[in-house]
Amino acid sequence: MSVVTVQLGQCGNQIGPELFSTVYEDSTGAGRKTYQESSRERFFWETSDGVLVARSVLVDMEPKVISQAVAKASKSGKWRYGEKAHFCQKQGSGNNWANGYCVHGPRHKESVEDLVRREVERCDRLAGIFAMMSVAGGTGSGVGTFVTQCLRDMYPQAFILNHLTWPYGTGEVIVQNYNSVLTLSRLYQLSDALVVHENDTVHKICSRLMNIKHISIGDINKVIAHQLGSVLQPAYTGDSPSNYSRNPIGIDWKVCVPSSRGDSVRTGQMGFNRSLANLMILRGKDVSSADAGAFKDPALYVPWLPPDGTFSLWNSPVPFNGYEKSASLVSNSQSLLKPLDNMVRKAWNMFVSRAYMHQYTKFGISEDDFLDSFTTLEQIISSYSHL
Amino acid sequence: RTQSLIRFGQCGNQVGCRFWDLALREHAHVNKKGIYDEALSSFFQNAVLVDMEEGVLSEVLQGPLRQLFSTTQLISDVSGSGNNWAVGHHSYGSVYREQIVDQVRRAAEQCDCLQCFFIIHSMGGGTGSGLGTRVLKLLEDEFPEVCRLVTAVYPSAEDDVITSPYNSVLAMRELTEHADCVLPIENQSLVDIVSKIQHMAHTGKPGSVIKKDSTIISGQGGVAKTEKPFDAMNNIVANLLLNITSSARFEGSLNMDLNEIAMNLVPFPRLHYLVSSLTPLYTLADVNIPTRRLDQMFTDAFSKDHQLMRADPKHNLYLACALMLRGNVQLSDLRRNIERLRPTLSFVQWNTEGWKTGLCSVPPVGHTHSLLALANNTCVKPSFMELRERFVRLYRKKAHLHHYLGVDGMDVSGFSEALSSLTGLIDQYSQLDSTNTAPSQDPPRLNIAC
Repeated sequence: MSVVTVQLGQCGNQIGPELFSTVYEDSTGAGRKTYQESSRERFFWETSDGVLVARSVLVDMEPKVISQAVAKASKSGKWRYGEKAHFCQKQGSGNNWANGYCVHGPRHKESVEDLVRREVERCDRLAGIFAMMSVAGGTGSGVGTFVTQCLRDMYPQAFILNHLTWPYGTGEVIVQNYNSVLTLSRLYQLSDALVVHENDTVHKICSRLMNIKHISIGDINKVIAHQLGSVLQPAYTGDSPSNYSRNPIGIDWKVCVPSSRGDSVRTGQMGFNRSLANLMILRGKDVSSADAGAFKDPALYVPWLPPDGTFSLWNSPVPFNGYEKSASLVSNSQSLLKPLDNMVRKAWNMFVSRAYMHQYTKFGISEDDFLDSFTTLEQIISSYSHL
Repeated sequence: RTQSLIRFGQCGNQVGCRFWDLALREHAHVNKKGIYDEALSSFFQNAVLVDMEEGVLSEVLQGPLRQLFSTTQLISDVSGSGNNWAVGHHSYGSVYREQIVDQVRRAAEQCDCLQCFFIIHSMGGGTGSGLGTRVLKLLEDEFPEVCRLVTAVYPSAEDDVITSPYNSVLAMRELTEHADCVLPIENQSLVDIVSKIQHMAHTGKPGSVIKKDSTIISGQGGVAKTEKPFDAMNNIVANLLLNITSSARFEGSLNMDLNEIAMNLVPFPRLHYLVSSLTPLYTLADVNIPTRRLDQMFTDAFSKDHQLMRADPKHNLYLACALMLRGNVQLSDLRRNIERLRPTLSFVQWNTEGWKTGLCSVPPVGHTHSLLALANNTCVKPSFMELRERFVRLYRKKAHLHHYLGVDGMDVSGFSEALSSLTGLIDQYSQLDSTNTAPSQDPPRLNIAC
């Protein structure tokens, strides 16, 4: 079962190569044949000369990041990107969601669709499409949303998973909250699952858990890739206890909190965060004897879901990425409520003053479009608040 | 991706020369083999140089950078504009309109993707100010989708051109209406920076020796061998342009494009005047003295000593701020300093996290790292008010007005409209300032039916 990855914008094209490197190293270093084959099948295809090529399409509206990603992979000598697997333009999207969604997206729809189609057709069996992007900028968010829509139209039955990087709360792109609101309100309807990493949280992982003194963007990206890898690499699931799972994603979740290693469900300042569903993945030594009982406590979950649907446990005896034992938690809970609410609040404040509106309206996004997006997100916030 | 550089008048062309010289130096430093790299080549084809008298342009044609330009890229006349905006804008504007548009179009066609026009001129004279703003309008008409970024050198109060207030205010109206972004530069600020560096260089205090070629006024290592008057000041402006374009020319972990600058820093169309500050001004030579901590660099960027315009952003209201970091600086340094400095600054209520950030790996020559800050801040208001004052003082007495009104195409309404445009702009800043005093409360959120 294969996953086709679509890397969008600067962020998507920086994390993407890290993810492929992580899964490559993990499957190679593990020394377990079935695991390696399963992992490789999932993420790579092999040329006649035995070179591993990532099942990935790279999309950006400016060339520099893609060039770097492709060059770095080639230089590694371990795997590379497809020669014609990328699409880029020259002028960028200027951090403008409207420019990405209304102008670049439609303009290059066919080219991008062709590239994805080619990758999908190359797979024996498609597990799903994994789109990687940030929500703060212009290309990842704007073009990314448009492309997700196209993919949904092209493959209505396919499993589409979006990986979203949320920006620092203290600001990295001034219009980040606008771009995020416009993105999330649409992806919520289009995508099957949204996996979220917040830069702030990953930054704390780097500084507090890993004790990195001078944190670079590369460090952030590696942590994200590591966490994604630990979720996406093969594992024995409930439906498939002795074969590596065919479908990398076992539960239906929408907005997700970043996985944490070994932590229990995060309790926020608002009190307890109720979950809809949790997925725990244990890898390494003694996984079969691990006791995940605490995660099955019904008090953690909403009462109106059947108890056997709320908690899933996968495991793999293969240690992940050199860690003797590791645990990953993918959670659909209220944990993301506060960050989401903050983001909407700031975007709303800005919207009320009509700041930057002219930058969006000139490309075709109206104030009404903004209002619709806000409405959608307020409804999501409301739904999660009332869990 | 390319930018076209259009330089007007004496100031524009002199600054422009420093820009090319220092750009060559920067790329030569990175490409030790001296190979004409792709990033740089995209710049050089695309310059148009305009002056209405010959002196400066002929220097360019005879100078060491002459091979970079073909004569067709230069448009000139003989007698100059006599420091008269109307002559530049209307007379020469009409005469040379076609030629300039042609030349720009030709340059634009050579770009495989034209992203931005850089326009450089002074405000106080006749050609840069008058013809420059005429062409600005033309560019908007002919290339509406291409960003127009103007570096405008404003005269100081003691400027020796008496009519500079007229020229400046007439030009400002055009900038407000037709430019996407304006970086106002004040000669006095450049003078202050130059003297600060020279003072530092001559104190002879131990531990304060400046590393050779590391100041932002230095042109050493460039192609041009002799230093001309104003070179030091012009180098500062050239460095500003190098920093703004660094992300387009070199790689980095967080690219910051010119389009992104225009997008993030301009919340309302007319409020596009950005205060720039550059740091460091120089690097100390003595390796035994610990390099000034990175944090100091951030603090300096927010100090008035490093601004290219005399203004006080710290005591006024930020609408938006961009930080472009170059060199060996990490993300954590950037985030830490934003968090550290944020409480000392006032941001407008609807943009309390109004930061746009960029990281470029390659530092300027002679430095290990550098920082460019671009602030959209209401602190420009006092400078604009002062300019309006100077204008009104002349206008009230109708001093020298006949020189302008005698020019075909220029009439009194031009003056009154320019004045009200400036007044309107000042009012917009005032309105934003007034929001700062009101108690900040979040506006009520959307109420949705559950």
